[in-house]
Formats: sequence, C-alpha cells, structure tokens
Amino acid sequence: MATNEDVLVRIESVEGTACVVRGDDIDTDRIIPARFMKVVTFDDMGRHAFADARKEAKGKHPLDDPRYSGASILVVGKNFGCGSSREHAPQALMRFGFQAFVGASFAEIFAGNCTALGLPCVTLAERDLAKLMDSVELDPAQTVTVDLRAKQVRSRAGEMAAILPDGVRQQLVEGTWDATRVLLEAGDAIERTAASLPYVEMPGR
Amino acid sequence: MSDRPRSLFQKVWEAHRVRDLPTGQTQLFIGTHLIHEVTSPQAFAMIRELGVPVRFPNRTFATVDHIIPTDDQSRPLADDLAEAMMGELERNCREHGVQFFGPESGAQGIVHVIGPELGLTQPGQTIACGDSHTSTHGAFGAIAFGIGTSQVRDVLASQCLAISPLKVRRIEVTGKLAPGVYAKDVILAIIRKLGVNGGVGYAYEYAGPVIDAMSMEERMTVCNMSIEGGARCGYVNPDAKTVEYLRGRRFTPDDATFAKKAEGWLAMASDPGCAYDDVVTIDGSKIEPSVTWGIHPGHNLGVSESIPTPAGVRDDERAGVEEALEYMDFVAGASIAGTKIDVAFIGSCTNGRISDLREAAKVAKTGHVKAGVRALVVPGSMAVQREAEAEGLDEVFRKAGFEWREPGCSMCLAMNPDKLRGREVCASSSNRNFKGRQGSPTGRTLLMSPAMVAAAAIAGEVVDVREIATGD
Repeated sequence: MATNEDVLVRIESVEGTACVVRGDDIDTDRIIPARFMKVVTFDDMGRHAFADARKEAKGKHPLDDPRYSGASILVVGKNFGCGSSREHAPQALMRFGFQAFVGASFAEIFAGNCTALGLPCVTLAERDLAKLMDSVELDPAQTVTVDLRAKQVRSRAGEMAAILPDGVRQQLVEGTWDATRVLLEAGDAIERTAASLPYVEMPGR
Repeated sequence: MSDRPRSLFQKVWEAHRVRDLPTGQTQLFIGTHLIHEVTSPQAFAMIRELGVPVRFPNRTFATVDHIIPTDDQSRPLADDLAEAMMGELERNCREHGVQFFGPESGAQGIVHVIGPELGLTQPGQTIACGDSHTSTHGAFGAIAFGIGTSQVRDVLASQCLAISPLKVRRIEVTGKLAPGVYAKDVILAIIRKLGVNGGVGYAYEYAGPVIDAMSMEERMTVCNMSIEGGARCGYVNPDAKTVEYLRGRRFTPDDATFAKKAEGWLAMASDPGCAYDDVVTIDGSKIEPSVTWGIHPGHNLGVSESIPTPAGVRDDERAGVEEALEYMDFVAGASIAGTKIDVAFIGSCTNGRISDLREAAKVAKTGHVKAGVRALVVPGSMAVQREAEAEGLDEVFRKAGFEWREPGCSMCLAMNPDKLRGREVCASSSNRNFKGRQGSPTGRTLLMSPAMVAAAAIAGEVVDVREIATGD
C-alpha cells in the first residue's frame, strides 16, 4: 500500500478569491460535455470546464471573466451538479482551479465525488447565499474563506453559517476523504460480510 | 435484532454493513459492481498506482456501451479515441480477471439492460456502477446507485463504499393507467410533482396498484429515472413477477435451488407497517402521455397541456423557465402538441428494451417516418436485438423508414457518432433533456415514451399517441 498516515491531507479551510456562476439545476453535462470524456485520464479536463456554456456566452461566462481569474471558490445556486455521475465534472472544476464549492444545494452524487477529491461542498441559507453572490460580484478581489472547523463562510458580506454533513466534514478535516485506505482497514470483516450474503458465492481475493 | 418491521432499504443496508465508520458513515459491502469504458479506466489506474489488487474480481462485471458505434462495430473502431477506450477496458478486465461482456460475447449491451438480462441483478443486493442510471436495477428490489470514478476505485480495491444511509420516501401510484400511458409517463409525472431535486437524500420506494401492475421492464423504466428526480436510488419490492423474470437466467440459480433463493428474495420486501420518512401518493389514472418542453426532466407536461408562461410559475422556478424557453426557442403558452421535430430516437437504458420496441413498432406499423425526419431505433442490448429481429420488429421499423441499429447508449448522450446537428429538435425515449445532451451544443430534446416518439416520427411533430389507432 502506497498510502499511510503521513500522507493524510487535512482540508480544514479553503481561502482565496471566488467566482459566481448563477443559475439553478446546472447539470454535469453542462459542466463537462460528454464528448470531452472520450479519454482514459482526467488530465485534460480542466480546460473543458463549462466548454459549451462558455462558447455560448462568447467570452462573457464567469470562468472567462478576468476579474475572477485565479478564483479557488465557486459560488453556485440550487441543485448544482445534477444529472450524470461523471466524476469528470468535479475533476474539470478542480483542474480549472476550484478547491471548494458554496451553493444553495448540491446533487448527491456530485457532492460525493467532490468529497472523494477533497473538495468541500458547503451550503448557505438562501439569504446568505444571495448576499455572498452580490458581494463577490461587486468585489471579486476580496478573500473568501470556507472554514470547515468553524463551519463558516467568511467574506466581506460577513460570517455565515456553512452547512455540510458532519461525516463529510469529519472526513475532510481529518484527512480521511480518500476512502480507499479507510475501507481496507476493515480487513477480513469485508470477507465475513461477503460470506454472510446469499449471493456472493466465491469471495476470492 | 428486534422484530420491528423494516423497509427493504433497511434490510439490504443492514445485511451489507461491514462496520460503522468513525465519521458516522457506513462501510457498505457492494455485492455487484458493474463497470463500463468511460468511468472505469482512471479507477484501474488508481489501484495500479496504489499497488492493490481487485479484491473480488468475480463480483465486478464489465461491458462496453457509451462509446460504441451503432452502425459498424467491427474492430478497430473507426474512432481512434473510442478504440483506445475499448482497448483499455479489455486490458483492465484481462489483467484483473474481470468478466467482460463485449460484442463477441453475444451479451453486450447497455450496462443497465444487460445486468437484469443476465440475472446478475437480484433482489436484496447492493449494486454500484459508475453511472447515475444504476438506479434502474432497483426494479428488482436491489439498492442500486451511481458512483463516481474515485468510488469505482474504492469498490475495486475493497468491494466497499463509505456512505451514509438514505431516508426512504414511499411513492404510491394509485388507480390504473389509461391506454397510451406508459411507465415513462409515470416517472415524468413523479418528477414533475416532486421536482428534480426533491429526492436528494432519499431512496424512492415505488409502490401502489400501478407499480404492482407493471412488468419488470416497466419498473426498470421508472427506477431508471429516479436520479432525474434527485434520488440516487429507487426500488420496487420484489414480487412473483420479479421471481418469474429471473427464472432461468445465466446468473440465477438452477432449478434445484431456485425456489429456496426465490423465497429469500421475496423476504427482502418491505414489511407491512414499516416506517417511512415520507409518503407521497399520485393518482395514476390522471397521468397523460407526457412530453418535456424545457432543459431538465422536471420541465414536462401532459401532451394536451400548454408550455408554461414565466408569469404562471412559482417565483423560484421563473428564472429556470425563462432560460428554458430561450434555449428551446418555444413560445410560452403554446401547445406542446404540434411542435415540429427533426430527429426521433428510440433506445437507451430507460426505454431500449424489447417491450419498448414492441410498443413503438405497433405505432410504426401505422405509417411512415415523415420526410425530412431522421429516425433511429437502437436496441438496448444484443439480446434485445436478437429478440426483436426474431419477432420481425427490425423489418417493421425499416419498412416505416426508421434506421435499425446495433446496441449501445447511442444518442442518449452522444459519445458515439450518433449526434444531433445544430438546433435540431429530437423526440427521444431517453432520460435527459439537458442543454447539449444529445451531442450538439445547441440541440434540443423532447423526452417521451417510445410509442410517443414513434408517433412523432411519423407525424413530424409531437402528437398524442392515444389518437393513433394501432389496432391494439
């Protein structure tokens, strides 16, 4: 095993400038159109993030707005990342430069994929989110902090209560978000569970 | 353990729990892992890098579906990128001892079509696949859900996932479906009522007289689109139909042990009186043939209804409705019937099974594809293809002006050469009408049942399939 305690990466907070992409129900086909998934690695995903939406906006998409250049936090609306389970979507956004997402709500598989990559998805109350979006659009140079320890999002718009499931928060803060190692620690308990099931006949290793 | 009544979800969860994790999540054993060429190569690369083997190679099953062409499947594939992906999957399967159902096996097809066909999908299992439509397998009373590639890695390495339990919402569909109304219309009506994110945090348990009366294939259609309602898994309690479907399949037990297995399957059904986190009732008798008009599956209406106006919807829906109207270039308040189409697509993991093709063929028999309309029929698997050809459905479709293709995901997500061009409008039996979904960044999709797609192909526009006399 290549992983061990020494390489645990604890995600306690993400700090940087932010970028706002407004709109609800932004699906993963939108984030990364399927034609860019005809590859066997994630290496190239970053430059295709929101490819069609950006083309459609002719340079006016927030990801092409120089005021947001270098942003590490993406602020979004409701049900962000719905649709396909493609991890290519968070991979594309991560490789573009985003390290955390703040929104009204996230689709479940998308949020799970983000956790597996060490990217926090936190939600804010509707009023707080509206304030944060306005504030970042007005002053994109400000520093925004997603603080998982304090469960807060801090910006010029104030200190806001950030919501995320406790288990996910713990995984990120303790650095156990890369689940493989944790799962393998169960050892033979995995085979014991397999043996207790009526359909897993030959649990060969 | 107490004797309190439990839901199927709870029974399956408890049977597969390896341990509770310090985070409060469950380490859940995944009994059946399905993989395909798009979301698995990176996962294999990750376990290679970690230096760990596939823990249960006999519980992972592979096929190729997303990138495979539906005209000429001979190797090497014409598209180098597609050929590279297929080659990578074959190599990974060989190297790790994973069974691969490629075209030469005779069992290739869309992963969610072949799982049930082969009998890999059984009641009481946990099933995961790097594909959001894994919820399809819930039709058999399995807890089945989509995962991302890092989780595919987790399953390959440990046959487990770190995951939190879901709440359970029972959705009872009462009454009886009218003629011309299909499973597709039922799930679209459910999504319309509960919203595209109404199911976040829930597993959906579909029940009631309408679901009970459905065939297994119809139940698969309903469960398939659970994710379009935000629920990552949906299921139907196993019953006699479930058992009969599974009898004699390649991976189901032989006659000697079948009855005993079947007893175990039926015992997984939710106990009478078990607690649900929510219960919703929908009157199935009132459901019409449904059509989407916008840019997500919740943007749907009965074929007799009119496209909504921004003024007529809730405040929180208005921006989305305006965006959808602009993208679709449809007139608010106009009737959805009569909307011109350019392309008709029958297929996908939602509606590419034999019963779907039979219903569409009944309509295809009544006329010919309208001049200027491109119409494709893509069977969900090689088995579906063989069955359809044995029944002469391929001839029915060809005679009516439809193209009869080889199996694959095809134009549902257009990772192969089957794509919309420009602003084309497509009547589609698939599952997503997102912007650009069918391969053209500006293409437009109208979701509907396979029979409605066939009717639209013939009329050249959206029509009410109930008005077509199929002699049924």
